[in-house]
Amino acid sequence: MSSTHLADWRQAFSRRNIVATVLGGYLPILLALAVIVLPLLWMAIASFKPAGEIITMQPTLLPQEPTLDNYRHVADTVPLLTVLGNSLIVTVVGSAIKVLLAVTTAYALVFVDFRFKNVVFIAILVALMVPPEAALLPNYMTISAMGGRNTLWGIILPGLGTAFGTFLLRQQFKTLPKDLLEAAKLDGAGHLKRLWRIVAPVSAPTIATVALVTIVGEWNNFMWPLIITDSVDTMTLPVGLNLLQTIEGQTGSYGYLMAGAVLVILPVLIVFAAMQRFIVSGLTQGAVK
Amino acid sequence: MRFSAAGQPRRVPAPSPHRRRQRRRDALVFFAFAGPNLLLIATFIYFPLLSNVYYSTLNWRMGATSATSAGLDNYVRLFTSAQGAEMWRVTITFTVVTVVASMVLGLLVALALNRKIPGITASRTAVFSPYVLSGVGVGMVWNFIFDPQLGVLGHVFRAFGASSPEWYLDGDLALGMVMMVYVWKNLGFCAVVFLAGLQSIPSDLIEAARIDRAGALTRFFKLTLPLLSPTVFFLTVTTILSSMQAFDILKIMTPSGNGTNTIVFELYLQGFGPYQNAGYAAAISVVLFVVLFAITAFQMRFVEKRVHYA
Repeated sequence: MSSTHLADWRQAFSRRNIVATVLGGYLPILLALAVIVLPLLWMAIASFKPAGEIITMQPTLLPQEPTLDNYRHVADTVPLLTVLGNSLIVTVVGSAIKVLLAVTTAYALVFVDFRFKNVVFIAILVALMVPPEAALLPNYMTISAMGGRNTLWGIILPGLGTAFGTFLLRQQFKTLPKDLLEAAKLDGAGHLKRLWRIVAPVSAPTIATVALVTIVGEWNNFMWPLIITDSVDTMTLPVGLNLLQTIEGQTGSYGYLMAGAVLVILPVLIVFAAMQRFIVSGLTQGAVK
Repeated sequence: MRFSAAGQPRRVPAPSPHRRRQRRRDALVFFAFAGPNLLLIATFIYFPLLSNVYYSTLNWRMGATSATSAGLDNYVRLFTSAQGAEMWRVTITFTVVTVVASMVLGLLVALALNRKIPGITASRTAVFSPYVLSGVGVGMVWNFIFDPQLGVLGHVFRAFGASSPEWYLDGDLALGMVMMVYVWKNLGFCAVVFLAGLQSIPSDLIEAARIDRAGALTRFFKLTLPLLSPTVFFLTVTTILSSMQAFDILKIMTPSGNGTNTIVFELYLQGFGPYQNAGYAAAISVVLFVVLFAITAFQMRFVEKRVHYA
């Protein structure tokens, strides 16, 4: 090791530098992490505490007698498997159809010749700006009239038209080299074949992004299922938990409520931790050029 | 229609029968691919926008089979009644406070996260994570923390010899509480976007300023912040839009909306909550759409000129 390296080394590990790194580098991050993580940790821990440890003047961090009773109670009060299953069906079916529609619409907007394509695209852009809440009341009337109250299709159907996914995928498809598709066309491949054999495979990362963002959105969706269902047989998990909170009220049954919160938060947390790059790029799309 | 560079309609020779057949076939393919989505968008986005306008002129209770015409009464009520004034006050307070707080805190967090040290990627993930979590779950967690008797916050207050504020009983405290939780959930989004903005600033610019002996604060306010201005504008618009649409945390933490009746929450309470006042809720929907549409259109017109949509 040369003497300049040694000097660098010494400087990097000098007390002053270490203190500066810890105070300037890690301390703010640790502070931010504490604020973000502690509430979630508190939830997870409380979900394993017996009631006596929650209604106490001397709370302890860790459960003294960890128990699964809270989860059992939630399962007894709200038919947990039913609402969990409903949430899974709504999320899987809803997302699958939405992504499929976004892919085909974006393909048509980019690769099919049609004179009024730009008009259609602007109509989709405008739809992108309509807050779902503004459509709540008429959609409730429509779905009720169709007999869709307290049905899973009634929850899924109004959200299927997708402007966000279409928009994102169109931007991606436009970057694909035209020659690639021209060559396939000359080989006699129809539109469907071009879409599934060429466009979709090379756009897989963007499609995955749209899919993940859609899945997270469907899983967390609350307002529409809350309005269109009032029977536990067809409720999704967030609506079921809202019901659980109403039933339990402020009677100090936080153990149950935290068990419910874990059930709705944990799946997304796991998906997010595994796929965060896709989800972040989808949600912050358009933020930075 | 196709336009030439000069903006004049291009002279197109009359299409041959073959060309015309081809065109018709393309149109068919277009609608086979895009039709279902367009039909859904028309039915569940465009049609509701129009029918809301009609509903908003009715004096109509939710679930009732008949309604009487109300003219513009619902709108008048929305802008002149005490209830309407309260809704606007709460909406504006909630929006301004949450937008400013999540952007300032988000920028601070982004500055902290903008360095290369071990564990930084995991930290960034953790900070962003609340943004993707269910608002219902998050609201339940914070209900527990804010509970004056059993919550951890109450214990902290008592440890300092004070008693916990009655967050749920006082309207202003309740609004403060939901704003804090909302900021907690959303500041990670601002942080990640700011981080991306920070990383797009060429480091030699900052380095040059450092060599010119500009202090850290000068570098930040004279260099970093101006270079971040597109990010600041983007975040201002997107967080205004999402704050104005906040619902699940408000519904879970303050179920009947005591002091927390923002425009979307009021829309829910009026249409589907205790009031069953569908005509009034429709008027709120129309106004909500106009406000949010104007904000988005403003953004597209003035900021994203460089982005080509068509």
